[in-house]
Amino acid sequence: MSSDILLSARDLTVRFGGVLAVNQVSFDVRRGEVFTLIGPNGAGKTTVFNLISGIYTPTSGTLHYQGQPMATVAPHAVAGLGIARTFQNIELFEHATVLQNLLIGRHTHRKTRLWQDMFFTGTARRAEIEAREKVEQVIDFLELQHHRDTLVAGLPYGVRKVVELARALCTEPQLLLLDEPSSGLNVEETDDMAFWISDIKNLLGITVLMVEHDMSLVSKVSDRVLAMSQGEVLAMGTPAQVQSHPGVIEAYLGTVEDLSGLRRPERSPREAA
Amino acid sequence: MRFIFKTEYDQDVRLAKHGGHVFWYGLLGLFLVCAPWLLDEYWLAQLTFVLIYSVVGLGLMLLAGFTGLFSIGHAAFLGVGAYTEAVLAAQGWPFPLSLAMAAGLSAAVGAVVGLPALRVKGVYLGIATLAFGFIVEEGLARWESVTGGNAGKHVVPVKMFGWEASNESSFYAVCLVVTVLATLAVLNLLRSPTGRAFVAIRDSEISAQSMGIHLARYKTLSFMISAALAGMGGALYAHKLQFISPDQFNILQSIDLLLMVVIGGLGSIHGAFLGAIFLITMPQLISLGKDVLPAAIGQAPGLQGVVYGLVLIAFVMFEPMGLYGRWLKIRTWFQLFPFYRKGMFKRQKSFQKSDRLK
Repeated sequence: MSSDILLSARDLTVRFGGVLAVNQVSFDVRRGEVFTLIGPNGAGKTTVFNLISGIYTPTSGTLHYQGQPMATVAPHAVAGLGIARTFQNIELFEHATVLQNLLIGRHTHRKTRLWQDMFFTGTARRAEIEAREKVEQVIDFLELQHHRDTLVAGLPYGVRKVVELARALCTEPQLLLLDEPSSGLNVEETDDMAFWISDIKNLLGITVLMVEHDMSLVSKVSDRVLAMSQGEVLAMGTPAQVQSHPGVIEAYLGTVEDLSGLRRPERSPREAA
Repeated sequence: MRFIFKTEYDQDVRLAKHGGHVFWYGLLGLFLVCAPWLLDEYWLAQLTFVLIYSVVGLGLMLLAGFTGLFSIGHAAFLGVGAYTEAVLAAQGWPFPLSLAMAAGLSAAVGAVVGLPALRVKGVYLGIATLAFGFIVEEGLARWESVTGGNAGKHVVPVKMFGWEASNESSFYAVCLVVTVLATLAVLNLLRSPTGRAFVAIRDSEISAQSMGIHLARYKTLSFMISAALAGMGGALYAHKLQFISPDQFNILQSIDLLLMVVIGGLGSIHGAFLGAIFLITMPQLISLGKDVLPAAIGQAPGLQGVVYGLVLIAFVMFEPMGLYGRWLKIRTWFQLFPFYRKGMFKRQKSFQKSDRLK
């Protein structure tokens, strides 16, 4: 069933000089699932994200979105295909209000030409109101009503994270890329994020591809997990399968041999006295 | 404190958000329309200069304040507009057409200058535009068959369809109409997707791109609109001075323009106007001060440059949001009295932005 597959990566490889950041990575993201990338720092997760959003081009390998090759798509055109993303270190428009940030999310749906904007014709006015209605739906969905007219620069970190998610939703994506949605959030905010991610999947029918470190969030919301280490695929499967995979445990915790080297040499009781 | 009860989205789209706006801007409009009867010829000429500089300021504000691209060669666009207007007006073109041509030609030049903006950022873009400013100034001086070279060029008065702006007040009316139209166009742009794309590019290029904004297209567009407005300002400037020469469009003029938007307040339309008022009144204040100050300081050459420099440094240090920022603070102080806090407008420092992808 190839129509089931929204995004498919085959043998993706990226090399930055001597560093092999991503090595022969292949995976398929199925329509309507939450697919998570996990792995230790430097495993190449964010690089995979940047490949999908077109910021980097793969050294070799292919990416197909809805059966179409992504190699020739310019970075700004990726959003138009229905792929939206958030950033690990929030990249909001700081000196604009939350509402303006979300309206920028409607950019791919703009209907007016420059002269219509300049004279603010009836079409421009109607398009503005229409964009606002869509944005208000997202504001309702993520409960951002209180922050609507606040400048982003004045918002706490946790709310900014939600605003970034909201801005991505405003583009009405089919595939949502979330780069560490829970980083910097407290326990309560992380729980909210888990609910929203499953709502995005179940209510809005958006496919989610995310990078995440918080394993409780990963096991709560993900359908499938891909574990990476040093640019290579370690394991793929359900959260439970991946968590119990010996290679993953090794990558995260190190092996018994590694640890024994770190242990203090045992001293005899006499010496201790 | 004013609370606005919103019942429809159109209220957020409208330019006048509440009755206060309608009243105060109406009053300002009334004053500007009646100015020829209220002011004597000298002050009307100063007001005309304020309007002309405001049009140029709007353009530079759009580029520097809203798109985040700094140009240290904006006088070049002013010059292109001024000379285009001077040549076409001499050939008897009606003013609206020649003004459109001046704006169009400046925009075309702006598109060319916009090309380095796609590759370089910050201070490097400043250097590129600075170099461009010198090239244009030199070009205007050397292309003698069209521009008259360093000897300068005489500019005929504004003419259109059998009407001639022969005196100060009729030319003032022309400037007022152009300024109002330019202001409305920029305000409309800023409340529409185009303006939001500019702001997005200013605040974070990487996420603007991931929101589907074509960076190259919008940066070039910003340069073009900015240059077009500067060209229109230049056309009016040529008519106002009636005589133009290349040295009026040199680096000092560019720095004056940049000074204008920074002191007015980057990122606000009001800032362009307040900056223009500052730029026009400051020489008057300095010449007034000359009589009061001791001769050693008051008669020293280059006093104006020193004062401008000091004012700029003072603004950057104590009031980075410019004159408009100062006004916002005063207004908030009164609105919230007695609850205004000192740190209310302090920018929160954030160290979360990543530079990795840039």
